[in-house]
Amino acid sequence: MTTFVRATAALTGRSLTHVRRSPDTIITTALTPVAMMLLFVYVFGSAIQTPSPGRYVDYLLPGILLMTVASSIAYTAYRLFMDVDGGIFERFRSLPIARSALLWSHVLTSVVATSVALALVVLVAVVMGFRSGAGPLAWLAVAGILLLFTLALTWLALVPGLLATSADAVSGFAFPLIFLPFVSSAFVPTDGMPTPVRWFAEHQPVTPIVEAMRSLYAEQPAGSDLTLAVTWCLGLLLVAYLLAMRTYRRRFG
Amino acid sequence: MTTTPAVRTVGLTKSYADLAVLRGVDLSVPAGSICALLGRNGAGKTTLVRILSTLLQPDGGTATVAGHDVVTAPGRVRERISLTGQFAAVDDVLTGRENLVLVARLRRVAAPTRVADDLLDRFSLTEAGRRRAATYSGGMRRRLDLAMSLVADPPVVFLDEPTTGLDPQGRHEVWAAVRDLARGGTTVLLTTQHLEEAERLADRVAVLHEGRVVVDGTLAEVQALAPPTTVEQVPRPPSLEDVFLGLTGAQESR
Ligand SMILES: Nc1ncnc2c1ncn2[C@@H]1O[C@H](COP(=O)(O)OP(=O)(O)O)[C@@H](O)[C@H]1O
Ligand SMILES: [Mg+2]
Repeated sequence: MTTFVRATAALTGRSLTHVRRSPDTIITTALTPVAMMLLFVYVFGSAIQTPSPGRYVDYLLPGILLMTVASSIAYTAYRLFMDVDGGIFERFRSLPIARSALLWSHVLTSVVATSVALALVVLVAVVMGFRSGAGPLAWLAVAGILLLFTLALTWLALVPGLLATSADAVSGFAFPLIFLPFVSSAFVPTDGMPTPVRWFAEHQPVTPIVEAMRSLYAEQPAGSDLTLAVTWCLGLLLVAYLLAMRTYRRRFG
Repeated sequence: MTTTPAVRTVGLTKSYADLAVLRGVDLSVPAGSICALLGRNGAGKTTLVRILSTLLQPDGGTATVAGHDVVTAPGRVRERISLTGQFAAVDDVLTGRENLVLVARLRRVAAPTRVADDLLDRFSLTEAGRRRAATYSGGMRRRLDLAMSLVADPPVVFLDEPTTGLDPQGRHEVWAAVRDLARGGTTVLLTTQHLEEAERLADRVAVLHEGRVVVDGTLAEVQALAPPTTVEQVPRPPSLEDVFLGLTGAQESR
């Protein structure tokens, strides 16, 4: 066990050095969600009717944060792909270390890099007028949801990271995830959507996760949304974890 | 006293889909020797080395490294080996020194930074150790790659085409490092397509051809296998090339 911890720590340190030495990846991660936030708040926002009384940026932020996570894990997949492709993965695999440390180091790095990108996006939102009276407990709950969501998407990202044959293919897989919030209640209420779209929007995980975070920020009871959000995240995490481990075993034995 | 060979394979087989690459490889490498595994491009050298380094599962046969079976005790094998793959596996973003410290940590050596500095010194990389590996020349990368394999002094070292792509200067540096290793008692199994390399470095030579080891012996034993006609035509001792071409040519015309 301690050998697993030590190997994971050493490999995570290495992977974080990669992030530290290319801070542009964090900026790029935050760019799409920030651009969407600017576009929706300053261009479309005035035309959107939201049920909540607050500012539109308050309504919008939870969805933007999920978009940030999706945008960030594209780099997680990319970093793993580069290791596998470049041969350093072979070297690590021939060392006497727990092999799961290889994947866990990328997971932990992903959590750190995503957290930094999320902080950056929240900062921009605050500059744009986002305010919340939520107490530390509510913020902690929001952070917990984001952590679970990040873990789930990160394990999912390891699959293309392990399988991809080109760098372009590996980042391409994240696009559908980045745009998933559009077909949810993240930007506009689902009421006005055509029936099939609305059905999808109301049954996909982004909607309850967004609603739960919105309630927490607005100091309202998140109740069933919170339960549903956590259930979705844990379910996705489990499936993604099993899928990634299976992919690893299939590919590397 | 009989010592168990450092590497021993019996009837090792491996196929990719319907391509039978290894068709019953029998190989024995005595502890402390330098064995050159010769074979043409595509002969299956990398496949064999990857099986011996526990990176690939064989289909059949057995392989033991430092007394441990690669399939049933891969963890024990990994503690006793290191692999320098066909393509330099260094981290370009890290400096040379950081690369070495990382491997030292992963191998749980007592003083990672001291081990790193010693190796940098030994491979004439002290100056370059502070720069990112991405800035290194081909020869420097290979040296760093080799140095990373020597952290914690594993008793068995696999080098897959260690000099491919190097200029003469780089090749000589790698050769010197390999000789150094063998002097310290390390067993080295290196693969090469170059007969000259085998002649210069190895105590033992094994030729991998059409999925089998067709020759396995000391350099002198193998040289004795050269077709006599060659000796008459050329006034020099038989080179491995003569042996190699004689053997593999004969096999192909069967
Ligand atoms: N992963 C793989 N899938 C399918 N064929 C492979 C794979 N790896 C190697 N081969 C094939 O197996 C043969 C032996 O390859 P290799 O062991 O790399 O030879 P060498 O190292 O002697 O050049 C080659 O024909 C190669 O194309
Ligand atoms: Mg090869």
